[in-house]
Amino acid sequence: MPVTKLDIVPNDCPAGERSLRVDAVSAFAVARFLRDDPQLKLDYCSNVTGIDWPQATVKTKVKKKVLVAGVEKEIEETIETLRSGHLEVVYHLYSMALKHGPVVLRLCTENRADHTRLPSLTPLWRGAEFQEREIFDLYGVIFEGHPDLRRLLMWDEFVGFPMRKDYVAPDDFEYEPTPHDKVLEAAKKHYPAEEPA
Amino acid sequence: MSAVAEMPPKNFAVTPRLNAAGEPLGELLEVSMGPHHPSTHGVFRMDVVLDGEQVVKLKPVFGYLHRNHEKIAEGISYLSAMPYTDRLDYFCSMTNNWAYALTIEKLAGLAVPERAEFIRVIMAELTRLQNHTCLIGFFLQDMGALGTPMMYAFREREKILDLFEAVSGARMMCNYMRFGGVRVDVDEAWLAHARKITGDYGKFLDEFEAFLTQNEILLARTQGVGVLSRELAINASVTGPLLRASGVNYDLRKVDHYGIYGRFDFQVPLGDHGDIYDRYLVRVLEMRESLKILQQALRDIPAGPFMDPKAKLRGFRPKAGEVYGRIEGPKGELGFYIISEGSPNPYRFRVRPPSLINLTILEDMCLGQKIADAIVILGSVDIVLGEVDR
Repeated sequence: MPVTKLDIVPNDCPAGERSLRVDAVSAFAVARFLRDDPQLKLDYCSNVTGIDWPQATVKTKVKKKVLVAGVEKEIEETIETLRSGHLEVVYHLYSMALKHGPVVLRLCTENRADHTRLPSLTPLWRGAEFQEREIFDLYGVIFEGHPDLRRLLMWDEFVGFPMRKDYVAPDDFEYEPTPHDKVLEAAKKHYPAEEPA
Repeated sequence: MSAVAEMPPKNFAVTPRLNAAGEPLGELLEVSMGPHHPSTHGVFRMDVVLDGEQVVKLKPVFGYLHRNHEKIAEGISYLSAMPYTDRLDYFCSMTNNWAYALTIEKLAGLAVPERAEFIRVIMAELTRLQNHTCLIGFFLQDMGALGTPMMYAFREREKILDLFEAVSGARMMCNYMRFGGVRVDVDEAWLAHARKITGDYGKFLDEFEAFLTQNEILLARTQGVGVLSRELAINASVTGPLLRASGVNYDLRKVDHYGIYGRFDFQVPLGDHGDIYDRYLVRVLEMRESLKILQQALRDIPAGPFMDPKAKLRGFRPKAGEVYGRIEGPKGELGFYIISEGSPNPYRFRVRPPSLINLTILEDMCLGQKIADAIVILGSVDIVLGEVDR
């Protein structure tokens, strides 16, 4: 029996809800407990979202007390930590029976390239069906156990994941009679100035 | 290796039904309905498999109006995403604005002045009125009552759109609400006009109902058709009138008391059977409750500022954090999920579209029904493709 790893993720904003980060292996069991426990009864899965976190250095400011020439001073120190790239799926759970909520459940993939598998919670909440399909389509998270994992919005031949932060949109410049600013720059690339005859 | 290669084939295999001896029982017919079918309320397609006239399988296909609203909003400032929200559910731009403004207010901890709260309630309930009226017109059209009911509905809608135009300058793309209030104040003449329209609306509803509620054809086409059970409705995250027609008492105006809804006296109509007729009746009754709220709001609206003077719109940078805000839109729970990193544009901008999620159970409602009923069932869900595809 694997050990469930649970973290509570803080949220600094005034009315923000803290959330619960679960490891992928025990996510399904935790979600089933949240749904079936008579005191929680989170029978309504309102919102399912993907988030892309590319690899980055995260700067956090920490206040520190330092003795400078015998006087205690408070200084701010910036700590840089390397955040490994991953995809995150967030579930917002409410209870229709007991009218409370939300409980925010977060699942993380190992990385953004080849380990993007997560358990699907659609068998517990049908409401996640289309939303998980959308995340599969736009972020590339593969949901294991989803009954019908197909693309939702993009067409079949499309390659890439448009909602990821490093997605580059195709160069679909259209001719404009009076280009300006950014459009002018793009126009110069597409229509090099005609040489006088 | 991309994930695309691992996807199952897009269309389901059509397998003919077999008898006990393993011989085929006749042919199934696969019909692609849409994306330009007039009754699909936009560019929506259904892959339907028919056994005679009966629906055996139905898969909705989306994406014809997909413009990646969420990606666009992640690249622009908080304020410039406001007009984009108008285009989500283009019938109800006022409630879309409110949902977005409410979420950002929650994120940044902004207070909304009393008068602005009243104006927002008035706008939201007017939106609910015109949305439900038009929906009834549309779905009667789906049943074959071509033109006439819809024209009556649109006549009333136009009066409400005149009110919106007077206050925001646009009939449909209102772009009216701001973080911490509303864009412009309403004057006394506008309020008098709104009172008159609200006062007359009950009479129109009486007329509308006199034609419809006891109508023999409407009863025959809607009662017992497209039944959605209470358990499935909850499990499939169905919200709005569709959920309440299945008998679940869950209205965010009563649950969350967002804005100032806690102050008004109104009831939440509930259905009993979860069929199309209940959905029709729940909407009619909801409009009558909306009229009650409107009368109270138009009577009690106080004088005062309509915008939080401290609210900063340009160069607005909320502190880092994340928030999920939701309101009861005319179609169901409209939610926004925003992650801020302290920059001028949101890191993650997510819309929880009620129309899309309400379609999850479309197949369950249509199975075993006639193809003509599938159209009416789709009409009774109340979708707008601007919101489904985003």
